[in-house]
Amino acid sequence: MSAPQLTSYDGRPRLLAGWAATNRPAGLAEHANANGPLPLGAAPQLAAIATAAGLRGRGGAWFPTGRKLTAVAEYGSRAGSAYVVVNGVESEPAAGKDKLLLRAVPHLVLDGAELAALAVGAREITVAVHRGTGLAAVLAAAIAERAGQRWGSGLTITVAEPPRWYVSSESTAVANFVGGGPGKPRDESAYRYGVKGKPTLVSNAETLAHLALIARHGPEWFRQAGTPETPGTALFTVGGAVHRRAVYELPVGATGNDILRMAGGPAEPLQAVLLGGYGGSWLAAGATSLPFTPEALRPLNASPGAGVLLALPAGACGLAETVRVASWMAAQNARQCGPCFNGLPAIADDLARITWGRDHLAVNRLRHRLGIVDGRGACGHPDGVVRLVATALTVFADDIGRHLAGHWCAGLARQPLLPVPPPTDPSEGWR
Amino acid sequence: MTEKLSVNMIACDGHGVCAELVPELVRLDEWGYPILAPSPVPPHLAKHARRAVTLCPKLALTLKTS
Repeated sequence: MSAPQLTSYDGRPRLLAGWAATNRPAGLAEHANANGPLPLGAAPQLAAIATAAGLRGRGGAWFPTGRKLTAVAEYGSRAGSAYVVVNGVESEPAAGKDKLLLRAVPHLVLDGAELAALAVGAREITVAVHRGTGLAAVLAAAIAERAGQRWGSGLTITVAEPPRWYVSSESTAVANFVGGGPGKPRDESAYRYGVKGKPTLVSNAETLAHLALIARHGPEWFRQAGTPETPGTALFTVGGAVHRRAVYELPVGATGNDILRMAGGPAEPLQAVLLGGYGGSWLAAGATSLPFTPEALRPLNASPGAGVLLALPAGACGLAETVRVASWMAAQNARQCGPCFNGLPAIADDLARITWGRDHLAVNRLRHRLGIVDGRGACGHPDGVVRLVATALTVFADDIGRHLAGHWCAGLARQPLLPVPPPTDPSEGWR
Repeated sequence: MTEKLSVNMIACDGHGVCAELVPELVRLDEWGYPILAPSPVPPHLAKHARRAVTLCPKLALTLKTS
C-alpha cells in the first residue's frame, strides 16, 4: 500500500476541468483552446507512453493500458486489420461517470480513441454509448463537428447503442454487438477476435480521455497525481447516504473518506459502503480510511472497479439491499453459460431465504454455491455477483444471525437505497 | 508441455458426456455443467481426455497446451 503522491499535482480535476469551471459541455473550439491540437505524432509511441505513465483501465479491471495496446497491435498486424471500440456503455445502474464524461468532454474521449486507433493500426472506431440517454446524438454531433473542422486523423468514427442488459457492456459483448451480433459476451477475447473477427481494442471512455491528455502532457505529468502503482486521477460516482450524490474526480490513492468528503460527507452515520459497482464489494465503514486503490483493497477482495461508491447508512439493512441487487443482477445474465443462468438465481434465492425466510440451511448451501459458480462463466458476470454476495456475508455477518433468529433489521421499514432498475423488458432484445 | 481440459461454457449444454468418460478430471455441478480439474491431464488419462473432447455433443470441450 502506498500513500498518495501529490507533490506537484495541483489537486484540480483534469478530465472535468472545463466542466467544473463552466458546467457546460465543451465543443471543439473550447476543447482545442483548453487542450491544444491532437498530437497525432505521438501515436506510434502510444503504448510505450501509456506504459511509462502507468495508465490502467478505468472500466473496472484496472488492466495496464500499454499492454492492451501492444497486444491488439500485435494481433492486428498479424491479422492485417484491427478495430477500436470506445466502451461508454456503462450499464452499472449506480454509475454515471462515463455518461458525464461523454457529455461534458466528448472530444477528449474521441481524441484518445483516434490516437489508440492509429497506435493499433485500426481504420475504424465505434463509440458505444448507453441506449436511450441521448448520448448517441451528442456523439454524432461531436463526430460531425470534427469532420467539419478537419480535426484529427480522418478515421471513420461511428456510434452504437447496445441493449441495456448489464452484461451487454462487457468488452466481448460490446464488440459482438458492434460487429452486428447480439450484445452478449463471447468466449474469446476481443484482442484476438473482436468486431467482425478483427483484433479489437475495447477501451473504457475514461481511459481514452486520460490517454488523450497523456499524449499531450507526457507520462511524468500524469504521474504527478495518483500512486506509483496506479497513477493519475479517476472518476468516482458517489451515491447513497451522502449529501451531494454526483461524479467526482480525485487522484488515485484518495481514501474512501476523501471521496465521501468530496460528496459533502455522509448524510448519516454509515455502516458500510459498496465499492466498484453491482459486481463489486461491500466494505465495512471502517475500511473507508484505506486508500481506495486496487492494491490497497486487494486483501479485502475489493477494487475501485468502475468507480462506483455507495454509502449505506447504519439504519439500513445491508442484507435486504444485497438481495435486491443480486436478484436484479441474476436476471441480467445472457442465458448463455449454465453455471451463470442457473447459479445466479439460486444464489439470490439463498440470500433471500436467509434474509426473509429464517432458512438456516441456506447459509451453507449459499457458501457452497458461491464457490461452485465463481469463475465459471465466459465473462466476469457471475464472478461479480459472487463477490457482491460473499462480501455481504462477511460485512453483514451479525445481521445474518439476527435475521435467522427472526429479528429483522429496523432499516427494513426504510425506502430501499441502492438504485435497482425495473426488470429489463424482454422486448429490449439483444440487438 | 502439458495439456489441460478447457470448456467453452457458452457452447456447453450440460450433456455430461465428459464426466462419464473422465470422471477423474470432470465432475458435474448441481445443474449438470462440468467442473474441470485445474491440474494438467496425467499421461494415463490422456487417451480418455481426448475421447471426451471428440465425443462432446456440442464440441465445447478442448485440450489446451501450455
